[in-house]
Amino acid sequence: MSAPPRLALAGIVKRYPGVLANDRVSLEVAPGEIHGLIGENGAGKSTLVKIIYGAVIPDEGEVRWEGRSVRIQTPSQARRLGINLVFQHFMLFDTLTVAENVALSLGSSADRGRIARDVSLFGERYGLPLDPLRPVHTLSVGERQRVEIIRCLLQRPRLLIMDEPTSVLTPQAVERLFGTLRQLAAEGVSILYISHKLEEVRTLCSRVTVLRGGRVSGVCDPREASVADLSRMMIGAELPAAASHAKLAGEPLLVVRDLSVPARSHTGVSLHGVNLQVRAGEILGIAGVSGNGQNELLSLVAGEDRRASAGSVFVGGDDVSSIGVAGRRTRGLAFVPEERLGRGAVPEMGLGLNTLLTHDERSNPGLVRHGLISTSGVTELAERILRQFGVRAAGPRATARSLSGGNLQKFIIGRELSKAPRVLVVAQPTWGVDVGAASQIRREIAKLASEGAAVLVVSEELDELLELCDTLQVMAGGSLSEPMPARNANVERIGVMMGSNPVQASNAAA
Amino acid sequence: MPRLEPRAEASQAMRFAAPLVALLVTAGITACLMFGFGRDPVDGMRVFFVVPLESARGLAEIGLKMTPLLLCALGLALCYRANIWNIGAEGQLLAGSIAATGMALSIGPGNSHVAGLLVVIAGAAGGALWAGLTALLRDRWNANEILVSLMLTYVAQLMVLYLVNGPWRDPAGMNFPVTRMFDAAASVGAIVPPYRLNWGFVVALVAAAFGWVFLFRSRIGYRLQVSGNAPLAARFAGFSEREGIWVSLLICGTLAGLAGAFEVAGPLGQLTAQVSTGYGFAAIIVAWLGRLTPLGCVLASFVMSLIVIGGELSQSRLGLPGAITMVLQGVLLLALLSADTFVNYRIRWR
Repeated sequence: MSAPPRLALAGIVKRYPGVLANDRVSLEVAPGEIHGLIGENGAGKSTLVKIIYGAVIPDEGEVRWEGRSVRIQTPSQARRLGINLVFQHFMLFDTLTVAENVALSLGSSADRGRIARDVSLFGERYGLPLDPLRPVHTLSVGERQRVEIIRCLLQRPRLLIMDEPTSVLTPQAVERLFGTLRQLAAEGVSILYISHKLEEVRTLCSRVTVLRGGRVSGVCDPREASVADLSRMMIGAELPAAASHAKLAGEPLLVVRDLSVPARSHTGVSLHGVNLQVRAGEILGIAGVSGNGQNELLSLVAGEDRRASAGSVFVGGDDVSSIGVAGRRTRGLAFVPEERLGRGAVPEMGLGLNTLLTHDERSNPGLVRHGLISTSGVTELAERILRQFGVRAAGPRATARSLSGGNLQKFIIGRELSKAPRVLVVAQPTWGVDVGAASQIRREIAKLASEGAAVLVVSEELDELLELCDTLQVMAGGSLSEPMPARNANVERIGVMMGSNPVQASNAAA
Repeated sequence: MPRLEPRAEASQAMRFAAPLVALLVTAGITACLMFGFGRDPVDGMRVFFVVPLESARGLAEIGLKMTPLLLCALGLALCYRANIWNIGAEGQLLAGSIAATGMALSIGPGNSHVAGLLVVIAGAAGGALWAGLTALLRDRWNANEILVSLMLTYVAQLMVLYLVNGPWRDPAGMNFPVTRMFDAAASVGAIVPPYRLNWGFVVALVAAAFGWVFLFRSRIGYRLQVSGNAPLAARFAGFSEREGIWVSLLICGTLAGLAGAFEVAGPLGQLTAQVSTGYGFAAIIVAWLGRLTPLGCVLASFVMSLIVIGGELSQSRLGLPGAITMVLQGVLLLALLSADTFVNYRIRWR
């Protein structure tokens, strides 16, 4: 080998109380290489990235940077070496302009005028067009990511780490991002690309390191490996079969009619004339980039937000627009929110007590005796949910906080399904959930629909919606598109629709 | 070098051991203080922690001090579990003592059997009304309950001063700022005369038992704790935020008002400018020392009373300054807060 690798990790070990996050991990990234790092949630990807970026110090092992052994102790030291990180969740000040945000990361010495020029210049060169004087809060998600990337590029990185960069982008924006990354690699910048999407890694990366349970379970050229090969390395098994359900088009059980509600705050989204209808046995999917009104719509459907005008929300034929959460629940509506800890479950309470959030003596007479909570009743119910849905937990008394993301989601979905709801509304059902649990959750949702329930799924993962749903609608800028059959849906067109609100117009025009 | 390291999960054992550790540390520091004052630490510790428990009178006095501390602490524990930061139990206690006094004075002389009961009910209503003001301001205008409840305490203190110096001053009281003594019928009787311990103590213990059922077995107690722990989960479940504010504050006000009534209709027998010696504030320490559980509050109010009585005894028997009581209460709270660190952290030697 002529040139030393840009980054070489050897035998990295990092222990946390009760977990071995990284167990003798080795990794090499050559100059100008796009190197993939894949693994399930909890496989140790984030810890490894933090170690490279100096935010976490490893317990053992060696880090070599361009052939020299280094100890990276702080992120600023990492940046001086030429290592830059584009965060999964953007770290931008909404009220400042693009140029001001970039200036903040470059330090006090930076000249504002030159930065504005550089932003335009780099933007043009790498296909990341941006107006440096626009305030960040007017930017779309894709544009915000461009700010993050340009901010890194201005620091002349030699290694750019991208942490799950596509989870919030439309398909078109993903294509453009890949173009930019390929161009950077051609100019000699190394890229470490972290993802859990196997298809992406196969199109973009020339080499991939797979982590499983904190260890490297394989290194290969993903273009030569099949998805099944990668999946075996990542989860130790083939990808589970897709969920399917028999379609019965029954009567409409959930109807939203011409729902318009103004935004709660200036960061919220107003809904404009939203219409949807889910029939018994049908799964309707709502696609779209987060923050386009999905949360607002779900709160109005669930009844947490009571501002829907009369005649706009119907459950099982009843107008529930002015009825609260509890009243909608007794009519057979169940809701699984996006935030599990703190909204779907109380973190510090045991699983037994957490069943009482949505169960009561009407759904389960054993829960309450003489007007008081029956400890044995809630324990039995929690035990049944754990058993039936294969939730791994220390027992019905374990706190919600102690469960992993996937197991908590299985518990919450199990809690709602055990009430045999007529209408199920689920937000991001498998977000942050490992592959096995995700496939189980999708199968359970499909099964509920086969049994005649109406299901509404809101998800950012288009693949998931295509697998699960009969019908799709796209949410953008607080409006919902016309429904279209999910089978043979045109992904290109959906992508354009996802970006088709006034704010995101420039994003879609790719 | 020892290092603090976060635990994977909060330690339940440590949660209950922390108050005991804090007590041991406080006892140790007491001994050091005695030594510093030139007293024999063993003898001093005996005066503080043993002598009050040796006589029936001592025990009765401890029970008497426990009553207002326990009643206020039970209400505060409920508020804190509902994430309502009521620190105005002192004001609610004073409002209760004012209302009880008003009732006792207006009943006049007579031998009605229900007079004592009416006085106690008036006290509870007065406390509830005072806490209701905080609830109203928070519910209607989203005012911060910490500030409102604290400032209403000062208002209640000034009201007491006004009443005992003005309209309610005992004409035969030689100009002291006190009301006339309550009639026997309007008082709360002692359990075992001649000791001063009255039926308020039994009420406080019963309240603790009800408090346990309310917190850990009732639907409404569950709803309050969900609201306090995870407000978004409470909204998701459809629990009302307003219910949490009103119920927790009204219950706390009722209990604190009872405490006030038992003071004026019990050992004091009249409303005075010094009706409370800060029970409502000390009860905040009691609530946390008792881990916000009713049984814990019973034990913690016992310990706090012991410190108060021991402080009085050490003044008369050992000639120590009266501030020793406050010093030890402060030490106890600090020791508890420090020991609480180890609920979520542990020490690693490396």
